[in-house]
Order: sequence, then C-alpha cells, then structure tokens
Amino acid sequence: MQDIFREMAEIVRDPFDYGWKSKTLSGRKVVGYVCTYAPEEIILAAGAHPMRLFGTTGSIERADGHLQSYCCSLVRGVLEEGLKGGTDFLDGIVFPHTCDSIQRLSDLWRINVPQGFHVDAVLPVKLDTQSARQYMIDVLHRFKADLERELDCPITDENLSKAIRLMNEIRRLLRLIYELRSNQPGLMTGETLYTIVKATMIMDRIHCREILQELVEKMEAAKSSHTYAKRLLMAGGICNQPQIHDLIEAAGGAVVWDDFCTGSRYFETPIATDKDPISAIADRFLKRAVCPAKHAGLRNRAEDLIRIARERKAKGVIFLYLKFCDPHAFDYPYLKNALDQEGIPSLLLEVEDPLPAEGQLQTRFEAFLEML
Amino acid sequence: MSENTVDAVKTEKDKRKIKAVKKMKEIMTFYYIDAKTAAENNKKVAWITSGGPVEPLIAMDIIPVYPENHGAMIGASKMGVDLCEKAEAMGYAGDLCSYARSDISCATVNGGPIGGLPKPDMLICGNNICGTVLKWYEIQARYFNVPLFIFDTPFCHTAFYEEMRRYVRSQVDEYIEFLEIATGRKLDRGRMEEVGRLSVAGQRMWQAVLDTTVNKPAPMSAFDAFFHLALIVTLRGTQTAVDYYQELLDEMNERVKDGIGAVPKERYRLLWDNLPIWYRTKWLSDKFAAHDACLVADTYTSAWCGSLRYMDEKDFLNSMAEGYTRIYLNIGVDEMARSVCDMVDKYDVDGLVIHSNRSCKPYSLGQYDIQRLVEENKGIPSLLIEADMCDERMFSESQIETRIDAFIEMLKHRSRR
Repeated sequence: MQDIFREMAEIVRDPFDYGWKSKTLSGRKVVGYVCTYAPEEIILAAGAHPMRLFGTTGSIERADGHLQSYCCSLVRGVLEEGLKGGTDFLDGIVFPHTCDSIQRLSDLWRINVPQGFHVDAVLPVKLDTQSARQYMIDVLHRFKADLERELDCPITDENLSKAIRLMNEIRRLLRLIYELRSNQPGLMTGETLYTIVKATMIMDRIHCREILQELVEKMEAAKSSHTYAKRLLMAGGICNQPQIHDLIEAAGGAVVWDDFCTGSRYFETPIATDKDPISAIADRFLKRAVCPAKHAGLRNRAEDLIRIARERKAKGVIFLYLKFCDPHAFDYPYLKNALDQEGIPSLLLEVEDPLPAEGQLQTRFEAFLEML
Repeated sequence: MSENTVDAVKTEKDKRKIKAVKKMKEIMTFYYIDAKTAAENNKKVAWITSGGPVEPLIAMDIIPVYPENHGAMIGASKMGVDLCEKAEAMGYAGDLCSYARSDISCATVNGGPIGGLPKPDMLICGNNICGTVLKWYEIQARYFNVPLFIFDTPFCHTAFYEEMRRYVRSQVDEYIEFLEIATGRKLDRGRMEEVGRLSVAGQRMWQAVLDTTVNKPAPMSAFDAFFHLALIVTLRGTQTAVDYYQELLDEMNERVKDGIGAVPKERYRLLWDNLPIWYRTKWLSDKFAAHDACLVADTYTSAWCGSLRYMDEKDFLNSMAEGYTRIYLNIGVDEMARSVCDMVDKYDVDGLVIHSNRSCKPYSLGQYDIQRLVEENKGIPSLLIEADMCDERMFSESQIETRIDAFIEMLKHRSRR
C-alpha cells in the first residue's frame, strides 16, 4: 500500500508537474476544472484528461491585482496559478457555475489568462424541478458541443458510456476505500485518505482505477490493531488542509467519513448506465449530495449530515470552512442547530491557506474531543 | 453672518432641495403601512429580491416586500452594526452580506427602523443579482415556514443562449402557477398585461430621470438617485411609480432649464460604482460637493432599467425571461466594463469612484479589472473605496477622507494640463 500512497502523494504535492509529464507521455490534451460539477465524463469521452485545480500552495501575489482580500483563498489561488503560468500545460479549462466567487473567477480567467480555451457550463442553481432538469441536459449538450469544437474531436455515445463506466468504477472504489477505512480507521491516516481522493481528481483515470482496485484488495486483506476512540465526521467545501488530520489524530480522534467536495460528494451517486448518457450525467448532478451553492430542497443538507453521522457512528462533526465561502457559512447555523437537536456536538473551524499556528488548533481539537 | 446672508444661504439650499422627496416619503409610508396591515386586510405578502420578477405579484394583488430595501433602510438609519452583530451571535460569519445578516436577525427580534417587515406568506427569490439571496431566502423559508419560489436566471458570462430563454420562460409559468396555488386565485391575464406595460413605462421613466444628469450642471446626483430608486424597486408595475417619476422628471427638467445643479459649483463629474454606503451617503455627498464634485451617475440605480432593451411591453411575460436574466449583475466583467465605458461617455464623466463592497461579491470581485479597462479605454482616473453597504465597522473615515482629497487633487492637476 505504501507504494500507492507514495505515488499519489507525489501527484498531489506537485499536480502541475504531473500535468506536464502526463501530457508529454500520453500526448493527450488536459482540461482543467474548478469544481465537482464539471462533467468529467464528457471530457474523458473527448479523449482528454480532466484535472481539477486546487488553488496554490505558494503565496498569492498576482491575483491580488484582480481579486479583493475578501475573496476566498481557493479562488485567489486558482487565478494566481493561471496568471503566473503554473497551469500553462492546460489545453483548456471549464468553469461550472456554482458560487458568486467562482462565477467571477471564470470572467477574470477568460480576460487575463491567455493560455488554452475557456468554457463555461452555466448549470442551473435549482435542481429540483423538471424544467431545471431539462436545462441541465441542454447545458451538458452545449458543453459537449463546445468540447468537440475546442478539442476537434467528435464525442460519441459509445465513448460517453465508456467514460461513465470508468467514472462509476472509480466512484465505487473510492466509496469502498472509505467504507474499509471507516470500519478500521487505523488502516491509513486521514491525510492519506484525503490524498487518495485528491489524486484521483488529478491523475490519469484509467491508471487511477487500477491502483484504486489494487488498494482495495490490499485493504481488504489488511488488519489494523490501532483503534480510535472518537469517530468524527468532517463537513465543508474543499479540504485543502490535510495536516488537520494529524492534529485530530494526535488528539485521539479519527475522521471516518466526510461531506466534502474533495470527499464523499465527489464519489457518491453513480450514473445510470441504462439511458441516454447525457441525461444520465445530468441526473447524477441533480441527485448527488449538493454543494450549498445549489438548491435541492430546504432541509436535505441537514438530513444528509445527520444520516451520515448515524451511519458512520460519528460522535461529533467538525465543520471545516474556507474563510469567505458564503454558501457554506450561510448553512452553518442551520446545520449546527439540526445536529444539536440530534445531540451531535460540532465544532466550527474557519480556515484560510495557510493554516493558523498548530498549537492553537491542537488545543481546540483536544477540547472538542474531550467533550465527546 | 448677517440676517440677509443667512437667508441667502437658506434660499440657496432650498433651491437645491428636490421637492418630490416629500411625495416619495408619503408613498413609501403608505406602502409600508399597507404591507404591515396586509393580514388585517386579507392580503398576502410576498418577500422578493430586488431584481426579482415583481409584476405577477402586483397583477395578483399580492404585496411585494423587499428585504433588500429594508436592508438599505437599516443601513441608512445606522442600525446595521447592531443587527449584524446579532446575526453573528446566531452563528452567521461576519464576512456574509450585511443586508442578509441584518434581515435574518431582524426577523427574530422585529427590530430596525420600522419594527421589522410584515411576515411573509411566500418568498420569491430571483438569483439574477447573486447567490447570496438563495441562501438568505432558504434561511427565511425555514424560519417562517412558508413556500419559496426560486426564479433561476442562468449567468450570462458571454451570451444569453436559447436554452436559457426556454428555462427562464418555463419558470415564468411555474411562478404564476405557484402564485395561483398560494392565493387560490387565477391570474387575470388582462391585468397582467397592464402591469407589464406599467413596469416598462416605469423603467423608461426612471431611465429618463437618470438621463437628465447628462446636463451640466447635473440637476441631481447619484445620492439623489439612491433615494428616489425605492419606487422602481418596490412599486415597479404600478401607476404610482410611473406618475411619481413623471413628476420627478418634470422637476428635473425644470431645474435643467433654470441651470440648477445638485452641487452648487459643479466642476468634476464622477461616476459611482456599486451599492451606496447607506450609513454615510450624506457624509460622502457633502464631502464630494465640498470639492465641487458631483456624482452624476452610477451603475447601481441604472440596473433597474438597464435591461429595458430586452423587454417588450406588448409581450411582457415572454420578454421578461431575457429582461430579468440580462441585468447588470448577471453578465460578465468585460461586458460590465463596456457598460461603464458607455456611461462615462454618455454622462461625460471625469473620474470613477469604485466602492469595493465586502458585502457584495458578484458586484465587487472583478472591479479591479473594470477599473483597469475603463482607465485604458477612457483615460479617466479612478478612486477605490473599501467599505460595506450596511456594516459601518468596515468604514474607515479618516482613510477614505484622505483618499477622496487626494483623488480630487489629482483631478485638479489633470484639468489644468
């Protein structure tokens, strides 16, 4: 397992280096995307390699000339890399419509980053009506046509079905890995689990499926003697701070499931394989656990969270929010109250890249875990 | 000062006072009394976003109430900080929109300048202005336990596509159905046509009012527009709004004829970008006026008539799909910059004043690029003010004062060249 972990950690450490290398080796075009509402299957069916962008690990300088300090570090970080050429290997980029900040990031990228093509997928915000479903299908058809034009490659239904099967398999394997680890949290650290999901969004998907399969087999055979007393659920937008897991684990806790778009929201809900592929992709977007920038009901997010906490026997929930992420911040009081009513304690951490001093977080985790 | 001088100063001030203000206050008072007594009069109340499709509500005799207008009132009465702090105590982050924070906490304490808004029977959320309203209205739908209709207007980065038109158009029908269920009545199509016609007429009239500031001196300023805006937001689609703006337009035309400007000695003509800083409009207005600078136009108040070109009064329900989708905040940054450049030409503007508003990301993120594009294309300088529309804690008076002074100093030098 260690080899696989090392390979994935290397990819996550320097995704752009991986991007360059994989492009050179495979000759395939690379299409970047900024959120899990990007229809990866359509990119794959066009013979291209979808790669998610996660901001920057460096300091933000150039993006400060375009975005105010009250914009989240994810959006500023993505623009920073675009401006300084970190993402120059991309043949194009797709911006699915989600929050107000990503919406403007798309404009700023289009205006200021000359490299590659630029496509907007202006998905509906409302996901629970028939007309929204029809519009979602229409948007995906337009996206497919845009990609065919930009990549100069026809996208057949056969290739779409193949891409759907590939992504379904990856989603199934990720879910299985989560299950196995949830049963035996000692099998790998939270940081490793997080690295696996993140690497999946970056790396060649066919190779990824192979190593995830291998990982599952190894995990099924493995036994961990290490037990964590305090099982936790973590929820939020994107987790860009894997070190947090070390601190939680040092305090005696283990995150056994999550509601992140760099986590379960990415792999939950498979795509149906018995209908028109574009409609099937649309239906997954309508049914999957939502990002709070989208609307699929008034109480579904709290219900989902409580259900996951119960299913995974989590004793508490840690909300890990990116500072200036409005959709999540608006949902917090309602989610917290819903958890309170169920007797599930929670802790809110609002973070920005880079993280605050370790000692400060350590103390908060310890206090929280003690309370459970 | 001699008595004569005092009188002269008074007359000079009176001369500049817009007479319609009194009427406007009356209309708004009536409107709020009507809204607050709706339940007693067996009328339904709908809360609706500022850019939301109000016309079907008017046609169905449902009273529209605007939490954003309420937010502006809270800001102007300097009650924003207290309510925002209450929301923060409820768990809402201090970085969230100050209208939303104020409204959310106000609903629980019935605070603010008018003791809270009347309880809604339904909520109508148009997301053409931001994603914040979606979250805000979800919160209120849970709090008041009333139905929520989301009017989802896809963002037009570079284009308005046919599938967007189809989607929004079908939502117009869903919206009407939603209202028919909520009221137990059918929409009177004839009445709807009339309201659509009045809405377009009101928007045209509002545009005409704003257009009077192409004159030099400008008979009114953006600060006046911030005030007079209330009707095109809240009473769009009524005869009251059309009549009021006709009266205001007549008064402005009269002032133009008499050469009366909003600022006594108009020397610099400026364009304001973003929402007003409600708790400091008077201070800012005086500050600029003292420098002989008049904010002759703004991107904010013109947003309620900016998509007129897509509206067809003879086919209102069909055309509103495009009209409501292609509003100023629902378009790409480059198109916004083009629109600002057009305004610079139209109003013959010497400089741009940009309010970087922490509360409003769709309006503010991208402003640096707009600033650059306008400077490049129009060769005019700009001033950036960091503040917030409702949360006074984000306003640093000394810093902003220094920046305004320096900006005017620069304009002075430029005009000498």
